[in-house]
Amino acid sequence: MRVAGTHRELGRRLVLAVPYVWLLVFFLAPLLIVGKISLSESRLGIPPYEPLIDWAQSGLAMVKVSLNNYVLLFEDDLYVQAYIQSLTIAGISTFLCLLIGYPMALGIARAPEKARGPLLLLVIVPFWTSFLIRVYSWMSILRDEGILNHALMAVGLIDEPLIILNTDWAVYVGIVYSYLPFMVLPLYASLEKLDPSLLEAAADLGARPVRAFIAVTLPLSLPGIVAGSMLVFVPAVGEYVIPSLLGGGDTQMLGKALWDVFAQTRDWPAASALAMAMLAALVLPIALFQRLQTRLEEEENR
Amino acid sequence: MSLAVRPEREIRPPAIQIRGVEKRFGDATAVDGIDLDIQEGEFFSLLGPSGCGKTTLLRMMAGFEMPTAGAVLIAGADMTAVPPYERPVNMMFQSYALFPHMNVADNVAFGLRQDGVAKSEIAGRVAEALDLVQMGDFAKRKPHQMSGGQRQRVALARCLVKRPKVVLLDEPLSALDKKLREKTQFELVNIQEKVGITFVMVTHDQEEAMTMSTRIAVMNAGRILQVGRPHEIYEYPTSRMVADFIGIANFFTGTVESSAGGVVTFRAQGIDAPLTVAGDLAPGSAAAVMVRPEKIQMGREAAIGVDNSVSGVVKEIAYLGDVSIYHVRLDSGLVVLVTNANLRHAAEPAVTWEDRVHLSWHSGNAVVLP
Amino acid sequence: MHRSPALLAAMFVGFAFLYAPIALLMVYSFNASREVSVWGGFSTKWYGELLQNQAYLDAAWLSLKIAATSATGALVLGTLAALVLVRYGRFRGRMVFNGLITAPLVMPEIILGLAMLLLFVALEDLTGWPDGRGFTTIAIVHTTVGMAYATVVIRSRLAQMDESLEEAAMDLGARPVKVFFLITIPVIAPSLAAAWLLAFTLSLDDVVATQFVSGPGSTTLPIEVFSSVRLGVSPQVNALGTIIVVAVAVVIGLVWRLSAGKRR
Repeated sequence: MRVAGTHRELGRRLVLAVPYVWLLVFFLAPLLIVGKISLSESRLGIPPYEPLIDWAQSGLAMVKVSLNNYVLLFEDDLYVQAYIQSLTIAGISTFLCLLIGYPMALGIARAPEKARGPLLLLVIVPFWTSFLIRVYSWMSILRDEGILNHALMAVGLIDEPLIILNTDWAVYVGIVYSYLPFMVLPLYASLEKLDPSLLEAAADLGARPVRAFIAVTLPLSLPGIVAGSMLVFVPAVGEYVIPSLLGGGDTQMLGKALWDVFAQTRDWPAASALAMAMLAALVLPIALFQRLQTRLEEEENR
Repeated sequence: MSLAVRPEREIRPPAIQIRGVEKRFGDATAVDGIDLDIQEGEFFSLLGPSGCGKTTLLRMMAGFEMPTAGAVLIAGADMTAVPPYERPVNMMFQSYALFPHMNVADNVAFGLRQDGVAKSEIAGRVAEALDLVQMGDFAKRKPHQMSGGQRQRVALARCLVKRPKVVLLDEPLSALDKKLREKTQFELVNIQEKVGITFVMVTHDQEEAMTMSTRIAVMNAGRILQVGRPHEIYEYPTSRMVADFIGIANFFTGTVESSAGGVVTFRAQGIDAPLTVAGDLAPGSAAAVMVRPEKIQMGREAAIGVDNSVSGVVKEIAYLGDVSIYHVRLDSGLVVLVTNANLRHAAEPAVTWEDRVHLSWHSGNAVVLP
Repeated sequence: MHRSPALLAAMFVGFAFLYAPIALLMVYSFNASREVSVWGGFSTKWYGELLQNQAYLDAAWLSLKIAATSATGALVLGTLAALVLVRYGRFRGRMVFNGLITAPLVMPEIILGLAMLLLFVALEDLTGWPDGRGFTTIAIVHTTVGMAYATVVIRSRLAQMDESLEEAAMDLGARPVKVFFLITIPVIAPSLAAAWLLAFTLSLDDVVATQFVSGPGSTTLPIEVFSSVRLGVSPQVNALGTIIVVAVAVVIGLVWRLSAGKRR
């Protein structure tokens, strides 16, 4: 029996160890390396950075820490701009997603039960099709001589084509469009759980539909709002494809700046510093999101 | 003496009038033409098996469902098309539907805030309502921090605080365990008497309806079978379905032989001698005589001077503590249920298995039903 | 509960917004004109050109291989991780584990890509592995991302599973490993399929992280597409997009029909 017991214990440990080690090596370690390299000096060569730990002759590890890269970030207007613009664009896009996504989620949650599955599927399908292709599809719509401008001019709403592609507007459209399903799904999940008799109780106690919505539906869907907003906001801050394809020259976002520094300037320490700065902006929302997830999980386990 | 005296009903203005109300969901008919008056100050119950349309009827009073046909009047005013938030009625939900993100005081104050009641007045009325249900100390609790019984009280306070014309209760006690349910039944009735508001309750539990109500409407398949005071429903059911649904009943089917002076002579299948029963039915019509098990006397000797008497053999005895139910098989094979109160501690029962017994009952204690 | 017309209208607009661009893309993939937004008659010539384009075909083949590999890896790792999270209760390091497994879901890909590249460079420096960048490095990155998603999918199914099924099997004499393969796996099979498909699609679609860890000669389909559309709209990409959308719709439709049939 004891042998079987230790076998089982071994099995249990193995089940835990395999994914744990994978995540430590292929997720946590890389992030630590980014942190490390962001603190080292750049140089020409391969790899294009100075080692952080130098084994001096005495055998003592000399740790060379340089905050130069971070100082550079703060001094360069371009990066400060990119930082601010990333957060603003992501914030506004998240809000727009919420505005469009909430009625959709509410509509699905209140649809007849038979219709909910297919409607949800309709929300999910675009998520399964290529992200890149979906962003790309807006290029031919938003171009100066694109489908939208053709249609608007044919109807007579405008005489001159609107310049949308390669502006911030196109980036908003792209982000909202790409991340809308991420907003709708958690919203739906929390709205669907809402006990309909709570709304009836509110109506019974004298609340008109709008009041009932504000007093009951909205606060009780808060977890969905938070989860959906995080799922949109966080990736939007680091978005690279959308500003590259739809944005203009003055659309500076962190993701694009990072790639440019990495690929064109080949300044890896600076790129790492940018990545750390981006992470810093996201730590709070990510932590918030995780706490919410844990709380929901605990509620389910109860 | 043949009939129990039926006291005359006090006439008050009706709190709720249901006029020819029908409700269909697609092909299904939930409520199939109902007329009903509920008087002010009544504790009225809608009683019936699940799916009989009682909840739909209640929800039409609250305004959550629109009748397909007919009208709902509250305190004399036509409310058929009035949305729930403008009706002078409040509902206590089966799940209580307390807002989980608000504490007790905010839950109770919710309705007053919707009506724009002054802040200073709200605090007083909330405290008053919570005291009425003995929940004054729980004002700051959240719903999930309370027991089912406490939640039930808060839900009631939330209804009462608006001083509605009618309080609607949808299976108000079904979420409570048996002991608590029995205690709460009396509390609810006491509170109702204190505030004097009309209560309309939906329940599938006949004991609950009998204990609490001034009047009961027994429903089945979208229709009302009978409306009456609890003892009327029990002692004088007007149909076999009502008699069968409320309590235990023995039915003897057969035909009416003659009918004179409020007494019917009845020829029942499986019983040799004709039965006599209070009632009035045309001779020759098929009918059933219903006798409640506790109305039957049982003894080893044939009783003398009784209207109805049969004999049989005891086949089963179900001991329930307070009473025992005897299954007596008549010589024709017909089984009659008889209940006997167990009056004495550990006494040898007078009658036991395979004993031959004589059953008898007074003609005024039976009912003949078409 | 009453649905207001305004709500229905808003929902309809939302769905129109989701589907109009895809629909337009598909329509214009049959446009004879090179000028993408001017209709020049019906033609399938872009499909023909696409199928002649060796660069696209090579990239697509590589992408499929990487996607299949990483989806399988993600499935195995995700299943183990889900088991740990659902069945292990509290253990030391659970918080860290939970954090690590959910973080890739919200980590901007650009950071992940950079971090992974730096790891591979450092590793190669130290151990000589991996030798350059290509299939292996891309597959590892995609596995890590796919694993996070797979865990979410499998975990929720596992949490709903009636554990007494496993207890019954053990009571009847099956050892834990046998129970896992005979009872647990079949019961959660639909979620395993969903997890694999999800990881497969994510891998097939990834641009940003892949860009960091792909080397010369290892161009995946999205990278090929990305570099061509950066220069402007391309009718061949319209055709490719249409093929992808149709393929996804067919697979999802099949899965939907199958699962609907099972539920009945």
